[in-house]
Amino acid sequence: MADARAIYPDLSTRPANLAREAASLVGLRRWVSRYAPMVASDGTDGLIADITGVAHLFGGEAELQDDLHARIERAGLTALSAIADTRGAAYALARHGGGIIPEGALAKGTAHLPVSALRIDHATADGLGRVGLSRIGDLIAQPRAPLGRRFGAFLLLRLDQLLGYQPEPVSAGTEPPHFGVRMTLPEPIGLQSDVMAGLARLLDRLCATLALHHQGARRLRLELRRVDHGTAQVEIGLARPMRDPARIAALFSKGVDEVDAGFGIDAMRLSAPVTEPMPPEQTGSGPAQRHQDDLADLVSRLGNRIGFDHVLRLAPSDSKIPERSFHMTAAAWSEPVAAPLRRGPLRPATLFLSEPVTHASGNPPVRFRWRRMEFTTLRAHGPERITPEWWFDDPAWRSGLRDYWRIETREGPRLWLFHTPQAPDWRVQGEFV
Amino acid sequence: MTPLRDLTHRTAPADPLSLLKGRVHEAEGPGRRAFALFQARRHSGTVLWILPAYEPQRPMLHGLPEGVSERLLVLTPKNETDLLWCVEEALRANPVGLVIAEPQQMLSLTAGRRLQLAAEAGQSTGLLLIRTDHGSAATETRWHCAPLPAPDADSTLHCWSTKKNKKGTIGSWVLNWNGTSAAFDMVSAAGERSQPAQPAC
Repeated sequence: MADARAIYPDLSTRPANLAREAASLVGLRRWVSRYAPMVASDGTDGLIADITGVAHLFGGEAELQDDLHARIERAGLTALSAIADTRGAAYALARHGGGIIPEGALAKGTAHLPVSALRIDHATADGLGRVGLSRIGDLIAQPRAPLGRRFGAFLLLRLDQLLGYQPEPVSAGTEPPHFGVRMTLPEPIGLQSDVMAGLARLLDRLCATLALHHQGARRLRLELRRVDHGTAQVEIGLARPMRDPARIAALFSKGVDEVDAGFGIDAMRLSAPVTEPMPPEQTGSGPAQRHQDDLADLVSRLGNRIGFDHVLRLAPSDSKIPERSFHMTAAAWSEPVAAPLRRGPLRPATLFLSEPVTHASGNPPVRFRWRRMEFTTLRAHGPERITPEWWFDDPAWRSGLRDYWRIETREGPRLWLFHTPQAPDWRVQGEFV
Repeated sequence: MTPLRDLTHRTAPADPLSLLKGRVHEAEGPGRRAFALFQARRHSGTVLWILPAYEPQRPMLHGLPEGVSERLLVLTPKNETDLLWCVEEALRANPVGLVIAEPQQMLSLTAGRRLQLAAEAGQSTGLLLIRTDHGSAATETRWHCAPLPAPDADSTLHCWSTKKNKKGTIGSWVLNWNGTSAAFDMVSAAGERSQPAQPAC
């Protein structure tokens, strides 16, 4: 890096984003499939396409390559490509200038390439260079047995693959399953019942696809294209992965009700952007299973109206700070957790942001005012000292240590008061049963 | 014309503190949340606690009665309309045992009646924690709940009284419930004693 800067001071550098590069390579692979049925990614920076029997459709190999380059250039990319009889030769040539090796001229066409183009490791390439074999042509001319003995069978395999003595097929990777179905209608529809009927058909197909791949949908999106090319969208979330058409359709009815059909809807598209694995299981068997299903349906219904982040469950956390000793998690994305054992001092049944206490006298206070009510202490239990978590800067805990007291008042309420000795003050934070 | 359903066969439960199933009840007063937790402990099935998103006073996990936190769902809708919708939807659902809700505004008769119909359809119990005198006339029972100062450190006294009861008489109960188990003790009315009790020896 320093050397590169010394040579060219205005060098602009950016860190490599491998994940995004891989993603764009996948996109490019899908595009290249217009040239060949079998396209696979080749290393981290290349694609290999098996164009056997395809070239004549484009008018020949050279025309195919020109077409490819013209299109890639129009997209703003720079690429090198090579066409050869074998995968090894195409790999080697594409990384050293590109071009076309005509049929039957593999040895001649690759003779000038360095041995490192053979897909061998650095140590082998260095070893070959040390004995004076720096080009592939030199290697081909050598007797095979001593080469194999000295550099291993792997080098010979690579050489055979380059020259076509060993087969090396291109296998296209499996496409990830696509969970989307569409339907175009001969006549525009506007009635809610018609949309729901269409949705039912789409759901049947989508759920069949989901079942085939053992997946369940967590989010579903219904796009309705109107005659005037406007698009209405209805999106629902599900409390747990699901692929039951009838239960999903019921959740859509409210969203479909709100859609403005305009002059009519002539195309529908249903997709599942978020899916989760859902192995086949026996559903609707016993009362326990039915209870689970009904509860999931209820959470879905509630979540789709008030938002899934407002349907919460209490879960314990590992902290002594009262407000962080538990957290509220979305019920749709969590399982019920068994309550922790009760031990140590009592905890209030309800908790709130601490509120100030006025006219407090004594320690613990004998008399105080809270929420404009007068209280007299009948009994006080405490103190329980809780220290702030120094690794966590909480504005509410900036006043330092807290001494918690359980105060039973003569008026009835049993309150959870705390005193902050480092900044003398009394506050209420909870109410006991 | 459809005949009206005979409502007379539904008798009030024997235990005065249990809430009639399939109906919506109301509780007010400073101890209403304790009453709600007491009822949550006594009901099986999922318990829903519906309170507005801006309400700062929320249930605390470590202070809940035993066996409630696993089946408790807390719903925090943003406005009053959503809150009532949630109550109705939850009451209609099958797996729900008890729905506790904290509406902030006065309930109209229409809203109260709708909730009663929903509870009847789902055979679940509703308990609305209302502000004093903010209830609706459609409620089955209305409780006034207040914590009482205890004479000794081991007891936790509550005074729960019915202000309204559609299927029975009203009454007032003082009981000792410590907020953890379902067990509780009825405390008999305190009489005036001229002398301290003699120790039984």
